[in-house]
Amino acid sequence: MRILVCISKTPDTTSKIVFKDGNTKFDETGVQWIINPYDEWYALVKAIELKEKDPAATIHLITVGSADCEPIIRKALALGGDEAIRINSDSTDSYFIASQIAAIAQAGNYDIIFTGKETIDYNGSSIGGMVAALVNKPYISLAASFALNENTATIIREIEGGEETCELSLPAVISCQKGMAEQRIPNMRGIMAARTKPLKVVEPVAAEALTSIVSFELPVAKAGVKLVAADNVAELVRLLHEEAKAI
Amino acid sequence: MSVLILIDHADGHIKKASFEALTYGADIAQQNGMAAEALLLGTVTDDLATLGKYGVTKVHQAGNTAFNQLDVQVYLKAITEAVNATGATIIVLAHNQTGKALAPGISAALKAGLVAGAIALPDTSNGFVVKKAVFSGKAFANVNINTAIKVISLSPNSYKVTVGQGIATVQELNLTPLPASIKITAVDKVSGDVPLTEADIVVSAGRGLKGPENWGMVEELAKTLHAATACSRPVADSHWRPHHEHVGQTGVQIAPNLYIAIGISGAIQHLAGVNRSKTIVVINKDAEAPFFKAADYGIVGDAFEIVPKLTEEIKKMHNA
Ligand SMILES: Cc1cc2nc3c(=O)[nH]c(=O)nc-3n(C[C@H](O)[C@H](O)[C@H](O)COP(=O)(O)OP(=O)(O)OC[C@H]3O[C@@H](n4cnc5c(N)ncnc54)[C@H](O)[C@@H]3O)c2cc1C
Ligand SMILES: Nc1ncnc2c1ncn2[C@@H]1O[C@H](COP(=O)(O)O)[C@@H](O)[C@H]1O
Repeated sequence: MRILVCISKTPDTTSKIVFKDGNTKFDETGVQWIINPYDEWYALVKAIELKEKDPAATIHLITVGSADCEPIIRKALALGGDEAIRINSDSTDSYFIASQIAAIAQAGNYDIIFTGKETIDYNGSSIGGMVAALVNKPYISLAASFALNENTATIIREIEGGEETCELSLPAVISCQKGMAEQRIPNMRGIMAARTKPLKVVEPVAAEALTSIVSFELPVAKAGVKLVAADNVAELVRLLHEEAKAI
Repeated sequence: MSVLILIDHADGHIKKASFEALTYGADIAQQNGMAAEALLLGTVTDDLATLGKYGVTKVHQAGNTAFNQLDVQVYLKAITEAVNATGATIIVLAHNQTGKALAPGISAALKAGLVAGAIALPDTSNGFVVKKAVFSGKAFANVNINTAIKVISLSPNSYKVTVGQGIATVQELNLTPLPASIKITAVDKVSGDVPLTEADIVVSAGRGLKGPENWGMVEELAKTLHAATACSRPVADSHWRPHHEHVGQTGVQIAPNLYIAIGISGAIQHLAGVNRSKTIVVINKDAEAPFFKAADYGIVGDAFEIVPKLTEEIKKMHNA
């Protein structure tokens, strides 16, 4: 079984978001980079669990990004995974990124392609669905559980206000969220092993960027909290009704 | 040239997020002098002609029950055929679970630029620029769609539904579904509850509640307000509440009209999931809790005293 896990890098969840160049670029000064939590905690760990059950399985990691992604890839390799591919491009257009992943996916004949449910910086929730369409394979989004029996996968996916269980035959593309697996911490052996695992750098295939970010904005700051005394709950209800018109 | 709005439905009914998408799509059509039409795959018991009230003149229906289940491959083929048949150049759908499954595939299949999670009408003064939340609600990006065909998924609770007078003509669209690529074997819905992403009001509680046995008062308040319930991540991680209630950067992102946070400290990762709520109320016994900085209204005090009182006062208001 061949598994491809899509890994992206995102700013640490506590990062202060600042823009530069007239609000056209994200200011990376002082930003700590992490593996996108959905990719690390759920997509990658699920792939590792599958390999633990079937040692013949291979896990390849793919990231589309410039050289500064390499610490993130090494960390992902330390968690598990046999080798990594970095597509050398810093594009943020989802279609461009998906085209790169699709090209590797086609050539690599993978049974499972795992992505995270979304990146916590650009919040596209798009790459998985685009890759699936480009390679013409079934797509299950927002998967919260995944079990494999021979070539049949049983997946629980989130739907509005509940969950749905579905079955399908591989190959397939699956976007992963909470429930898929439990977060793991890399151990010393993994970190040592990661240093010598192959990390291939590949130049991007030709693909168009269908969108471009024109500018960024920060939200307007709140006016400040209006505090109501604990013994005057009726006043809060009045404010919510008359002033905020929220109830 | 038309705007085609995809209608999402479940159990025979059109979802609330689709009414927002209809209004939004109709407004885009008006803005650009285009026709607004809707596409419904599958069958519903709702009267489709009444969708005219939201500004569409025509509803195309491919009324094959095979479409009542969400199978992305089956849907993508049908949608691309419908886009070709109707000559639509802008495709609008809700950025809910269904939209997240479909919009990227539509974009790739049509090679049409996608803005996922739009929160405002496009600005067409210089290109076609759509605003969306990025960095988990900590910022916004204005994104230009560079292609002739455009796909926009609208973030739920971001666009106000307007209801007018029109009546739409309903037209059968003959689409043959592909064989299913997946088999749905079970559906497990939290019955009776308001879906979190669609809710106007959300009542949410955190570790300050001490244990799952104390959620009765939270549910009571939610029921009184017809609200959905939510929780912070450690609450879901400790299995006090189901994981689909977990809001925040790594959970569900919501933008209700009113968010009431009870016994939640307001960590930056929690705020990332709720900071687009219109009004935020915080109830916390610690006046220094960071959540107060992001709140519109607050009470410093013990949740166990305040929440039951709040429910009582709201009931009084409803009865007045
Ligand atoms: C990568 C990453 C991602 C994360 N993603 C998320 C996420 O998506 N969502 C999320 O929620 N968290 C997330 N977290 C965790 C987050 O950092 C906080 O730890 C978490 O939100 C705290 O939950 P809490 O507010 O319920 O608990 P606490 O921080 O323990 O706060 C409890 C609050 O209750 C108050 N309290 C106690 N007793 C009472 C009482 N009787 N009456 C009133 N108030 C009372 C306290 O004053 C305190 O403010 C993430 C963390 C990381 C590192
Ligand atoms: N640059 C990238 N390289 C590799 N995988 C990516 C990249 N960007 C996003 N992904 C994958 O696609 C998922 C969804 O991302 P997005 O569509 O950007 O929200 C992520 O969780 C990753 O698994």
